[in-house]
Amino acid sequence: MQSSEERFSNPILGLLRAAANALLVPLLAVLTAMIIGGIVIALAKGDPFYAYVGLFQGAFGSPKALSETAVWATPYIFAGLAVALAFKGGLFNIGAEGQLAFGAVMAAWIGYALPGVLGIDLPAIIHIPLAVGLGALTGALWAAIPGFLKAYTGGHEVINTIMMNYIALNLTSFLLNAPMKDPNPDNVIARTPLIAESARMPIIFEGFRLHWGFLLALGVAFLIWLLLWKTTMGYEIRTVGANPDAAKYAGINVKRTIVLTMALSGLLAGLAGAIEVTGLNYRHELGFSIGYGFDAIAIALLGKTHPAGVVLAAILFAAMRNGATRMQFLTQIPVDVISVIQALILLFVAADAIIRYIYRIRAREERVVLTRGWGG
Amino acid sequence: MTIVLEAKNITKQFPGVLANDNVDFDLRQGEIHAMLGENGAGKTTLMNIIYGLYRPDAGQVSVDGQPIVIHSPKDSIQHGIGMVHQHFMLIPVFSVAENIMLGDETTRYGALDRKTVAQRVRELSHQYGLDVDPHALVGQLPVGLQQRVEIIKTLYRDAKILILDEPTAVLTPQEAEDLFRIMRELTEKGVSIIFITHKLKEVLAVADRITVMRAGKVVGTVKPKETSEKKLAALMVGREVILKVEKGRAKPGAEVLKVDGLKVHDKRGLESVSGVSFSVRAGEVLGIAGVQGNGQTELVEALTGLTHSPGGQVWFAGSDVTNRMPRTITETGMAHIPEDRLRHGLVLSYAVADNMVLNTYYLPPFGVGGILQPKAIDANARKLVQEFDVRTPSPYVPTSKLSGGNQQKVIVARELSREVKLLIANQPTRGLDVGSIEYIHKEIVAMRDRGLGVLLVSAELDEIMALSDRIAVMYRGQIVTIAEAGKVTREQLGLWMAGAHPEGLSHPHT
Repeated sequence: MQSSEERFSNPILGLLRAAANALLVPLLAVLTAMIIGGIVIALAKGDPFYAYVGLFQGAFGSPKALSETAVWATPYIFAGLAVALAFKGGLFNIGAEGQLAFGAVMAAWIGYALPGVLGIDLPAIIHIPLAVGLGALTGALWAAIPGFLKAYTGGHEVINTIMMNYIALNLTSFLLNAPMKDPNPDNVIARTPLIAESARMPIIFEGFRLHWGFLLALGVAFLIWLLLWKTTMGYEIRTVGANPDAAKYAGINVKRTIVLTMALSGLLAGLAGAIEVTGLNYRHELGFSIGYGFDAIAIALLGKTHPAGVVLAAILFAAMRNGATRMQFLTQIPVDVISVIQALILLFVAADAIIRYIYRIRAREERVVLTRGWGG
Repeated sequence: MTIVLEAKNITKQFPGVLANDNVDFDLRQGEIHAMLGENGAGKTTLMNIIYGLYRPDAGQVSVDGQPIVIHSPKDSIQHGIGMVHQHFMLIPVFSVAENIMLGDETTRYGALDRKTVAQRVRELSHQYGLDVDPHALVGQLPVGLQQRVEIIKTLYRDAKILILDEPTAVLTPQEAEDLFRIMRELTEKGVSIIFITHKLKEVLAVADRITVMRAGKVVGTVKPKETSEKKLAALMVGREVILKVEKGRAKPGAEVLKVDGLKVHDKRGLESVSGVSFSVRAGEVLGIAGVQGNGQTELVEALTGLTHSPGGQVWFAGSDVTNRMPRTITETGMAHIPEDRLRHGLVLSYAVADNMVLNTYYLPPFGVGGILQPKAIDANARKLVQEFDVRTPSPYVPTSKLSGGNQQKVIVARELSREVKLLIANQPTRGLDVGSIEYIHKEIVAMRDRGLGVLLVSAELDEIMALSDRIAVMYRGQIVTIAEAGKVTREQLGLWMAGAHPEGLSHPHT
């Protein structure tokens, strides 16, 4: 029994114990996946030890490596939070990819076109929040649609968010190929023009790509934690996620909460896109974001849908992506091995019975309710 | 008589609870041995050990004198032990025969051999007087018959020892009588039965021996002839129990709830409440009697705002609350102990403290400006845990860890600690033990005496008769009659519940 009697008498000990409990399975999942990944590398005539040294060096071995890992982690954190928040509300948002793309498109447009449209130069202090905020809002509105369909018609959000991904990605493709295409005569790529200097999020250290978006991501993760556990709105979201019938009995407006949860989830996904544009790429380019929305599902699951877990999982995924290049350089092992390891991690976390069996961990009865079935 | 099953010195420790403390238990050939005890007394733990769902920390289980090791239900089935759980393990869209062969399929050239199974089911059904059609779809059978399917399932696997876990909890009085007849026939044919229950009357009616457990220990094994309801209850709870509810005369005041021509549809869109009218006054208990499924569930859902009603009106505390949101109705001062505590009443994964503010979390002092106030929630939880005697190691234990009786106390505590004018209690003691029932009955009477109106819905006639000042009988979505509690007999009520017309008796009044 996981007694939290210490919640008030000894908060630090209680917190540590809870953290250790929560981290155990994900950590063992990562370890097991790395061991199996090592076997795969050995089979490919590589040296697993050397490969992992390369991976680690590439991810954390130098200030530049650290900066790049943080850069990778930024969209992962936002998008992972998006999926995790929806899970807490009993919703499976597979549509982060599309919400992210729209967030990026909107942020890019605000970034390169708005000053021209208004005919004035915007100061950075207004331009950056405007680009980021409206980008996030676009993601929120796009996600609110499947939320609305779920709440008022019972249309399942899994199907609807997948469908809305197709709409979003194809619409983005059209926009980047025609009306929003970079008009520079040399340009043949489907991308927007560069955004104005005033819309670019500043970097933190001269010479590194690390930008303030990373710190914003950490701050937002903290805010989401506050929202979920310290506010009445969070109580409503969690109650609807855990038992919608009891939520209705408690007088919570279940339908409104579902729409709100999806909108908040989309807001976070939209932030992921908007921050990539304003902080890193300074434009939106077709294909840059492919996969963030889907990796986010893995990150949310690995992070046990807890904001702190999501941050850790996002940094892990970022480190693997970032370190893979150095690993390949050192050992000629293709970076695709990383995808194998990531897939294994997800497999072990999702089917944690395997990990519990291998390491003989007794299952606790509580399970995270991720999503309910049809008509649930 | 030979002993077919023996459990010796069984000890099982759960974190924080010694669920079984050196328990001895034996079952003789062809007897009905009742296991009596409050929730959390350890009887289910013992049965789960015998059935192979848990492993004991110490002790030994023997069948026919041979010590056996049970790792899983598969082993216990092999030793001839079968269990019928309180919640049936049946697939509604499968036929009786298909359900029975499930997990133990008979095949012929790789195809399911339904014919042979159906034949065997018919034989068993005939042999033990069970009377079940092997080709009927389980989902279309009444609960009593579904239970028989469960029993046949164990017999089909050659069970000689049958564990029935709270088998009468879901049955009507007639169905329960049928079950007892079947149990006796089974024992005559050599089957031995362990019968787990809290209901004292049943135990005395049907058991050959009664073992009582309290706090993980066996406190005694008695014969029905040598004991009485009162003695058994005292043994179970560990102190004298007042089985009869002490209550004085009601002092009814103003009308708090008035229902006029209310209609409600059930989930399939069929009319399940067809225009009922009644009122509840402050300081009285109006009981709604009726066999389950006669519209009581839908009636309560409409009154509490959980379901939309297409016709009729509901006035509560002077305002029209027809089809208002649950929150509006709650805020007007209605407390609701829901019929299905796991579905509506609690969020099982939440801590007890969080469940205790389930419908007040947004109001000061628990929610101020949209921010939860953990100190206030904590103080509230500690106060209620103590006041309502909720047995929990801490207010921060997930509510799923509590026994049924304590879960119900969490709901009762939450609902009655608010400022309310009316309590709607729907099956408030279903599945609870004597101690908890006594407690909740006392609370309901105390509420009445404090001037609350109480609408009590129950399928237990004893409960209705013990608590109500007036009794309404519901049959097929209508209120057949409303009678003064003192002026009506159990038999009369039973007849009305079965659909008899009250003509010539008291005149129905609203």
